[in-house]
Amino acid sequence: MNALIPLVVTLPLLGAAVTLVAGRRPRVQVAASVTTLTAVVVIAAILLVAVDASDTPMAVSVGGWPIPFGIVLYVDRLSALLVGVSAVVLLAVLLFSVGQGAADGDDDTPVSIFHPSYLILAAGIFNAFIAGDLFNLYVGFEILLVASYVLITLGGTESRIRTGVVYIVVSLVSSILFLAAIAMVYGALGTVNMAQISERMSELPPSTQLVIHLMLLIAFAIKAAVFPLSFWLPDSYPTAPAPVTAVFAGLLTKVGVYAMIRTETQLFATSDVNTLLLVVGLATMVVGILGALAQAELKRILSFTLVSHIGYMVFGVAIATPAGLGAVAYYIVHHIVVQTTLFLAVGLIERRAGSTSILKVKGLMRAAPVLAVLFFIPAINLGGLPPFSGFIGKYALFEAAARIGTPLMIVLIVGGIVTSLLTLYALMRAWNLSFWREDDEPDEAELESLDRVAYLQGAPAAGEQSERRAIPRIMTAATAGMVAVTVALTVFAGPLYDLCARIGTGISQPVHLQQLGEEAGG
Amino acid sequence: MSVSGVLIVIMAVLFACGVYAMLERSLTRVLIGFLLLGNAANLLLLIVMGRPGLAPFFGEVPKSDMSDPLPQALTLTAIVITFAVSALLLALIYRSWQLGKADTVADDEEDVALRHIAHDADEVALDDEVAVEDADDAVTTDFVDSTTAPITVLRHRDDPAIDDEAPTDRGDDR
Repeated sequence: MNALIPLVVTLPLLGAAVTLVAGRRPRVQVAASVTTLTAVVVIAAILLVAVDASDTPMAVSVGGWPIPFGIVLYVDRLSALLVGVSAVVLLAVLLFSVGQGAADGDDDTPVSIFHPSYLILAAGIFNAFIAGDLFNLYVGFEILLVASYVLITLGGTESRIRTGVVYIVVSLVSSILFLAAIAMVYGALGTVNMAQISERMSELPPSTQLVIHLMLLIAFAIKAAVFPLSFWLPDSYPTAPAPVTAVFAGLLTKVGVYAMIRTETQLFATSDVNTLLLVVGLATMVVGILGALAQAELKRILSFTLVSHIGYMVFGVAIATPAGLGAVAYYIVHHIVVQTTLFLAVGLIERRAGSTSILKVKGLMRAAPVLAVLFFIPAINLGGLPPFSGFIGKYALFEAAARIGTPLMIVLIVGGIVTSLLTLYALMRAWNLSFWREDDEPDEAELESLDRVAYLQGAPAAGEQSERRAIPRIMTAATAGMVAVTVALTVFAGPLYDLCARIGTGISQPVHLQQLGEEAGG
Repeated sequence: MSVSGVLIVIMAVLFACGVYAMLERSLTRVLIGFLLLGNAANLLLLIVMGRPGLAPFFGEVPKSDMSDPLPQALTLTAIVITFAVSALLLALIYRSWQLGKADTVADDEEDVALRHIAHDADEVALDDEVAVEDADDAVTTDFVDSTTAPITVLRHRDDPAIDDEAPTDRGDDR
C-alpha cells in the first residue's frame, strides 16, 4: 500500500513528459493528461480509505534511507483528502480547458505547453501535500510555482506579462524567505524532518522559536494571500486564462494554508502565535470583502472574495482545538471546490457575453438560463446560505470558536458573519446586474454609473477584446460537474464532516519520529 | 558549532543589497536582486553546515573530520532552482522589452483608473480652484501613470540650455 504514495507525484511528472513529447498531437496530450489525473484521483481515494480505516498515517522513505536522513513522504487523512479533492478539481478544470481550446482553434493559447505545465503544477501541489520534511515541502512549492509562472503568462501577451511579473516577483520573495527559514531551522535543530523538528523544537529558547516560527508563517502567508501580504493576488489572477485562474484560485492559496496548518500543529505545537493569527485572520476577512464590494469586474470581485475567505481558514487555524482544525479541513475542501466552480462559471460568462464587467453584461438570464443556475448555486454557497456547505463550514468554525469564548473569539465570529453577509451581497449584486437586468434601454442612472467607471471598459482584465460566442458543451458539462460536486459536499456533509472531525483530532497530535519509522518500515 | 564571521558578514551584505535591488522597478535590477538574495540564502545554508571539514565520502575519511553533507545537498537543490527561475526571469524580461521597449513593472491599470476617479472627484470638490493642467506634473509627482521609472525628463521648454534634438541614452521614448 505504501508503494502507492510516490505514484501521486511521479505519475503527473511522467504524464508531463509524455505530453511534452507529444506536443504536436493535442489528442494524445489530452488523453495522457486525463488518464494521469484520473489515476491520481483513484490512488488518492484508495489512500484515504486505507488511512481512515487503519487509523494510522502512512509514510514512505524515498530511496530507502533511514528515516530522519532521507526524504519522507507522509500521508495522513488530511493529505489524502486534499490530494483527492485537488485531483478532482484539476481534472474538471482540465476538461473545461480542453473544451475551450477545441473551440478557440488554439490560436491564442499555445496548448502544446499548457498540458505539461498543468501536470507539473499538479505534481507540485500533490508533492506539497504529502511532504514529510520541510525541504521537500519547499521543493513542492517550487515545482508548482515555476509551473504557475508559465501558466500565468501563457501566450505572453502584454497584460499577462504585466500582471505575471507582479505574481512572480512576490512569489520569489516568499520562496527565498522560506529557504532562509529552512536554513535557520537546520542551523538551530540539525534536521529538516518535520517529526524530528517538533521533537527538538521545545529545547530551543522561546525567542529563537518565535523568529523561526514567524519567518515560516510569513513565507506561507504570502502564498496563502493573508491580509497584509495579499495585495498581489487581485492584481495578478484576473488576467490569466479562465481555467488557469480557476485552478490557481482553488488550489494555490490552499497549499499555503495547508503549510500553515502543518506549521502550527506539527512544527510549533509548543510555540503559540494564535492571537496574532486571529487578528490577521479578521483583517483578511474584512479588508478582502470590502475590496470585493468596490469592484465592478467579476474576476476581480471573485479574487477579493478569495482573499477574504482565506481569513476564515486562518481563523480556524488560530482556534487550534481539534474541533477548529476539523472545521478548517472541511472549509478548505468546500472553498477549493466552490471557488474553482465560480471562476469556471465566470469563464463561461466571459465567453457568452464577451465581457466580465457587471456594468456591461446584462440580460443573460434570458440568453443563458443554464449559466444563471451554474453561477447562482456556488455563489449562494460561498455566501454561506444554509443548507449549503459554506454554511456548514462557517457554522462549524463559529461553534469551535464559541466554545473557547474569549472576547477576541466573539469579535472574530461577528466579523465572520458580517463577511459572510457582505460576500452574499457582492455576489448577488453581480448576479442581479449581469443576469436579471433587461438587455434593452439603459436608464439614466445606469448611464451615469457607466460613465463614472468608464475605465473598466478599457481594462484588459474585463476581456473586452473577446466576442460573444456560443459555449461548447464540454465546458458547460465540466462546470456543471463541479456544481454537482459542490452540492455533493452538502448532501454528503455528514460522513465528510465526521472525516474532518477525525482529521482535526489526528493533526492536533504531532507525529513522532519513532512512529514515522514504524509506519515506513511496516 | 563554530562558524566563520566573514561568511556571516558577506551573507548579510548580500541580503541587504539583494533587497535593495529588488525594490527597483526595472526588472533587470529585480533579477540582480533575486540572484543576490538566492546566493545569500545558499550562503546561509552553508553557514549552518558548521565547521567545514573533509569531503564526506564514507569510508575514505574518519567521521569526525567530515563536513555535514546534508546542507550541501540542500544548497545544490536550491542552486538548481535559482538557476531555472533566473532563466525564466530573463525570458520574461526579454518578452517585456519586446512588447514595450521597457523592462519596468507597470502600474496596475485598475489602480491607475481608481486614482483618476479619486482625482476627478477632488477636482469637483475644489470647484476647479486648482487647475492641474500640466500633464508632466501628474507624471512626475507620483508613480501613477508613468510607465517608466519616475525620473523627470527635462526638455527645452524647462531649460533653454537643453537641446531636444541632442542624442540621449534614453532612446526614443518621446
